Amino acid sequence: MLGLVATALILTNLYTDWLDPARERLSSLAAPFYWITDTPSRVGGWAGEQLRTREELLEENSRLQHQVMLLEQQAQLLAAARAENTQLKELMNSAESVDQRVLVAQVIGVSPDPLEHVLIIDKGRSDGVLQGAAIMDASGLLGQVIEAGDFSSRVVLITDANHALPVQVLRNSVRAVAEGTGDLYRLKLRHLANTSDIREGDLLLSSGLGGRFPAGYPVGEVTSVKRDPGRAFADVEVQPRGRMNRSRFVLAVIDVVPPTGDGLEGRVDPAAQD
Amino acid sequence: MDTHNRWFILFTIFIALLLAVMPLPVHWLWFRPAFCALLVIFWTTRMPQELGVGFAWMVGLIEDLVTGSTLGAHALALAVLAYFSLLTYRRTRAFNPGQQLMWVFVLVGINQLLGNWVHSLAGKPVPGLTFLWPALTTALLWPLVTPWLHRMASRLQIR
Repeated sequence: MLGLVATALILTNLYTDWLDPARERLSSLAAPFYWITDTPSRVGGWAGEQLRTREELLEENSRLQHQVMLLEQQAQLLAAARAENTQLKELMNSAESVDQRVLVAQVIGVSPDPLEHVLIIDKGRSDGVLQGAAIMDASGLLGQVIEAGDFSSRVVLITDANHALPVQVLRNSVRAVAEGTGDLYRLKLRHLANTSDIREGDLLLSSGLGGRFPAGYPVGEVTSVKRDPGRAFADVEVQPRGRMNRSRFVLAVIDVVPPTGDGLEGRVDPAAQD
Repeated sequence: MDTHNRWFILFTIFIALLLAVMPLPVHWLWFRPAFCALLVIFWTTRMPQELGVGFAWMVGLIEDLVTGSTLGAHALALAVLAYFSLLTYRRTRAFNPGQQLMWVFVLVGINQLLGNWVHSLAGKPVPGLTFLWPALTTALLWPLVTPWLHRMASRLQIR
């Protein structure tokens, strides 16, 4: 009897999304477990910070100040570029880009299932993180939120075997789909014709097609391209930019207005048509 | 039916759930023992009159929620596990440690098999027989953990 109930539950869960609201509600129940098992590493981190010498701190401080100066200088250049970009976009009458708000979240757990790459972060709906929010670290895109609880959420990484995202080559805007392989250090490009212009070292950015991920964030770098004339598609391997299993702090992109349709057609301003 | 010190059962389940989500290095994930399955076998063998399939089912459902797996996957696996464990508890008690170890391997193996079945339904790649590793580690853990659990259970006179 209970076996039947369990089987029914499994099938409902797998093939419909009726249970998703209940799951999201109940995931706040799971968060404390991850929080507790995370305690040792948090205590370790705290002790590491408390037990540092004055010299080390001073050194780190000066290094960070240098870094801030460099970054500020780059930000100034960016501000000019952004203003110019907005102007050009207005001239071309294309959809305005939305300002994105990011939120720093801490990774408090990893899914115990070795077949899936899922992280648990300590920000949830009460902080504005919703299902589908893109997650990244300082060096690149990490994944997206698949289940947003009240105070924690589950994030599927782009390397998960069930995950794929639309990307674009920075050099020439060739579009492709990067698929997770289940290996933390490898992505694959699906269905990319043998003749497409892609080579080792190309940087891939998220293209924003599909409306899930914001456009223009670094995803990975092409590590190998194998072209076999006997096969229709090239075999392209990509190393993800984000540090999949080493990031402790991640950024959640919130407040993104999802583009309408497939994102290919720009929004047409009715005022511009007459 | 009067109950006495039942909190200890819940406490062991709580610890098992903590261990089930404890972060481990990537390559060790395959070898994580099925702590909840071990406890279900232990408690149903020790108290077959009081704890049954329903208890195992609830433990499984909570484990599903905590680990974030498909709802009902662990519930089904642990309920079936408890059923077999209840069928054979007299024999399990009479076994010598070596036989017990092998029997636990078989039981947890069934548990893993059901879990793997749900996995393949969910479309996750199923790599050979690696899903049986937890059965082995759980069986090896059995003789280390059960003497302590028995001692605690007798001292607390759980009823």
